Amino acid sequence: MALETVKKAIPLSTNHAIANAVKDLDVDVISAYPITPQTTVVEKISEFIAKGELDAEYIHVESEHSALSAAISASLTGARAFTATASQGFALMHEMLHIASGLRAPLVMSVAMRSLSAPISIWNDQSDLFNARDSGWIILFAHTAQEAYDTIIQAYKIAEDQNVLLPVMVGYDGYVMSHTIEPVITESREKVIKFAPKKQYPYKLDPDKPVSIGAITPPEYYYEFKYQQVNAVNNSLPTIEKVDEEFGKTFGRSYGLMECYMCEDAEALIMTNASYASTLKAFLPDIRKEGIKVGLLRVRLYRPFPLQKFIEYTSDKKTILVIDRAISYGAPFQGPLANEISGAIVREGLKLNLISVVAGIGQRTVEYEDFLALARLAYEGKKHKETIFYGVRE
Amino acid sequence: MEKLVSFKDMAPGGIVVNPGNSLEYKTGDWKVLIPVINQETCTRCRICWYVCPDNAILELDKEYTTKKNRKYKVSYDVSSDFCKGCGMCAQECPVKAIEMVPVEVA
Repeated sequence: MALETVKKAIPLSTNHAIANAVKDLDVDVISAYPITPQTTVVEKISEFIAKGELDAEYIHVESEHSALSAAISASLTGARAFTATASQGFALMHEMLHIASGLRAPLVMSVAMRSLSAPISIWNDQSDLFNARDSGWIILFAHTAQEAYDTIIQAYKIAEDQNVLLPVMVGYDGYVMSHTIEPVITESREKVIKFAPKKQYPYKLDPDKPVSIGAITPPEYYYEFKYQQVNAVNNSLPTIEKVDEEFGKTFGRSYGLMECYMCEDAEALIMTNASYASTLKAFLPDIRKEGIKVGLLRVRLYRPFPLQKFIEYTSDKKTILVIDRAISYGAPFQGPLANEISGAIVREGLKLNLISVVAGIGQRTVEYEDFLALARLAYEGKKHKETIFYGVRE
Repeated sequence: MEKLVSFKDMAPGGIVVNPGNSLEYKTGDWKVLIPVINQETCTRCRICWYVCPDNAILELDKEYTTKKNRKYKVSYDVSSDFCKGCGMCAQECPVKAIEMVPVEVA
């Protein structure tokens, strides 16, 4: 950020930035259950409501399963609904994740990504979110507190778009982002609502116009509803791109669907997301000084996967090294993202050497020296059949 | 066979936008046995009508005179669309006026 911009900013953790976005979006219903490292999101929102800065229904639920259930129900009455979670809580929501997308509830949820038990770990990795990749939600990752604030605002405009009607989750790293304070520019509610006006769910529960929601669906109909979801997720991509562009025009900040950083003259790319992307951005100039010509390919939109952008950014590259912070046990590549990239390579017939790396599990810190070693690996461009479990003690 | 609608013509999310349409859904197409009511022995006590879990016993405004010249103002029949053939009516009938017979015979 330039100095002048920083002057306008206030210091916020990503959790508090998200709470501010919820306030500025005038969200109607928040259902909350605290879980580390998400807790301060819902704590801050309750403070806003107590102080009268946000007029919303705040539901204290007894579990995350209920948190998402309440948010779905609120959303289907036409209210703007929000919930937030992480880790075990996210896992407990799993049943409702599919119900949210299946019912096409346009709600938004933030995820302070954290590892999963057992053994219990409160620290960061991305096992929780990647477990939910096939749940039919639109999934975005933020790599700064500012981007998290902005993406929550974009998320409502995307979710409530009448051609989309899908729940959106915004993932960011637990602790590394959730509890780290960064300069964030917040916008006025007036401006935010003007950008993302509340749109009524077209089939909302209304006594004057009754509908049945959640009815049992026999084999001759179920498949068609699932296929509608396939189309809804795929067709949301241009809307997501447009919303980001409009956001840029209105607020002067936009992010694209996928970001390629120090990309043009790079021979190899390191693909990662969230805090690893911002860390690598800081390290890349020094890595380049070692003569290692690598760039960063940052995943921002994960579902739907922006395949065309991926092809565009990798067209002249030799190697892509994918860092996964979740494990796909027993898969051909044991990182979920790497598996996906191998699918993209096969589908498009790309001549791209894929190196799959798992790192940062349970917040095992990846330092400058580690990024340097991974950058070297990518730049060397050798073939590695097996997924590299970087940093594990032999 | 009934033509089913395309995914393009369905409201999203499995949401039923025309409530009350369960009337159009015939739930009794898988029964094996169906009750047959003997109008001669039936005393019009209405127990079958009460116990039927699917409201499939129909009370009709149809007069009936038995061979012994007893006149009833109503008759009972069974809706084949909704009867699942559970046999509760036959079980509960105090005068054994209901017999469960295979659908293809009835």
